[in-house]
Amino acid sequence: MTGEAIAFYGLAAVILVSGLVVVSSPNIVHSAVALVPAFLGITGIYILLGAEFVAGIQVLIYAGAITVLVLFVIMLTEGGTGLRQRQRNEQGPIGASVAVAIAVLLIAGVTHTTWGRGAGTLPAYTPGAIGQSFLGTNLLVFEGTSLVLLVSLIGAIIIARKEE
Amino acid sequence: MGLAEAAALPWYVELWRAIAGTVLIFSGVAVVAAMFGVLLERKISGWMQSRLGPKHVGPQGLLQTIADTIKLLQKENIVPRNADATIFASAVLVVPLAALLDYVVIPFGTTRWGPLIFRDLNIGVLYFAATSSLVVVGILMAGWGSNNKYALIGGLRSASQMVSYEIPMGLALITVAMLAGSLSTVKIVDAQAGWWYAVEQPLAFLIFLIAAVAEVNRVPFDLVEAESELVAGYFSEYTGMRFALFQLGEYGEMFAMAAMAVTLFLGGWRGPVLPPVLWFVIKLYALIFVFMWVRWTYPRFRIDQLLNFAWKVLIPVGLLNLVVTAFFVMVVHR
Repeated sequence: MTGEAIAFYGLAAVILVSGLVVVSSPNIVHSAVALVPAFLGITGIYILLGAEFVAGIQVLIYAGAITVLVLFVIMLTEGGTGLRQRQRNEQGPIGASVAVAIAVLLIAGVTHTTWGRGAGTLPAYTPGAIGQSFLGTNLLVFEGTSLVLLVSLIGAIIIARKEE
Repeated sequence: MGLAEAAALPWYVELWRAIAGTVLIFSGVAVVAAMFGVLLERKISGWMQSRLGPKHVGPQGLLQTIADTIKLLQKENIVPRNADATIFASAVLVVPLAALLDYVVIPFGTTRWGPLIFRDLNIGVLYFAATSSLVVVGILMAGWGSNNKYALIGGLRSASQMVSYEIPMGLALITVAMLAGSLSTVKIVDAQAGWWYAVEQPLAFLIFLIAAVAEVNRVPFDLVEAESELVAGYFSEYTGMRFALFQLGEYGEMFAMAAMAVTLFLGGWRGPVLPPVLWFVIKLYALIFVFMWVRWTYPRFRIDQLLNFAWKVLIPVGLLNLVVTAFFVMVVHR
C-alpha cells in the first residue's frame, strides 16, 4: 500500500467515526465538538488532492468559525446543553430503508461511472489562479454570492435590532 | 512550494520528518515560549512595579519556572464531579495543539540551504489565520466541559472576542499579502528587502498588534480570564499539568503572534551584520516585551467596549486601509 492510500484510509476512518458520533451522540455539545475532527479529516483529503487553498479555507471557515458558531448557539440556548436526548423514534425502519436506498444509489453511481484516469497535469492550484478565476471568468457568480451574503448580513442585523 | 509538490520524498521519511518537527516545535515552545516567557513576564512585571520578582531559585531566580514546572507535574489531577469528562480532558489537547500548528509557517531565519522554516506553504498567511482560530474551540470546550458558571462565561466571552478580532487581523494580513503579492511567509519576508512593512503600513501593523493582543486574551483584553470577576475563566477547574498545558498554549500562541508580526511587518530575519536567526530572535523578544509592557500598563476593558472597539473602530479602519492600499498597488504596479 502506498503512503497516499494509508493516509486516505486513515482520514476516511477519522471522518466516518466522528460523523457517527455527530449523529448518534445523545449530548448535543458532543455532537458539535465531534464536527471538528470530521472537518479536519476532510481538510486532509483536500490536501491529499493537492488543493491546499481549499484546505486552508476549510479549517478557517468550518473547523474554526462554523463549529464555534454552532457551539455558541447551543450554549446560549436555554436548556440546550447538558441534556441527554433520545436519538431514535418510531420512524427508525423508514429512516433505515431511505438510508439503504441512498447507499445503493450512490454505490451504483460510483461503480458505474467511468472515471477519467488520464495522465493530465494538475491545474495551477495557487491562490493567484483562484483569484483570477473569481474576478475573471466567474465574476458574475462571485458577485452573486457576495450579494447573498450581504443580504443575510443585513437580515441578521434587522432581526437582532427588533429584539431591543 | 505547495503541498502537492512536497511529496517528493518517500512517505515514511515525510512521516518521520513530521514527527521530529512536532517534537522539536513542542519542546521549543515549551522551553522558549512557555517557561522562559513566564519568567520574563514575572521579571518584567516586577521591574514595572518596582519590586524584584522571582529571586531565590537559581541565580537571579532563573530556575524559578523549572521549579514551578516540576511542582505542577506532581500536583493532583482533579476532575469536578459533574464535569463532562471527555470534553474536559480533550480541551487540554486542543489549545496547545492549535498554538503549535502556527509555527509550521514561521520562517525563523535563513541558511545557505534556504530559509529556516518547517514548510513554506503557498497559503502560509491563510494557514496561520486558520490554525490560530482553532484555539477558540478548545477554550469553548474547556469552559463548557468544566460545568462551572465562571468557566462557561469565560469560554463564551472568549468566543465572541476571538471571532470579532479575527476580522481586523484578517484585514491586516490581506493588506500585507497584497503588497507582497503572495501568501507565502518567505516571499513576504523577501519582499521587505527595502522597507519593512511596518514603515509602509503602520496602520495595518497597529491593527495586527491590537488584534494579536486580543486573540491571545491578554490585558487589556483579558476578560476571558479576568481574575476579579471570573476566578480564572475557562481554566478555573483545571489543576496540575492540565493547567500548565493551557499556560503553554497561551504563551505559545503569544509567541506565534509575535513571530508572525515580525515576519509580516518587521522584515522577518533581515538585518545587518548579525546572523539572521539572531535578528529574528531579537525582534521577537522586542515584540514580546511590548506585549508585556502593554499588559502591565493598561487596565482591563469592559466587554461591550471591547466588542464595540473591534466592530466600530478596527474593522472600518482596516477595510479603509485595505481599499486605499489596493488602489495604490494598482496605480504603482500596473
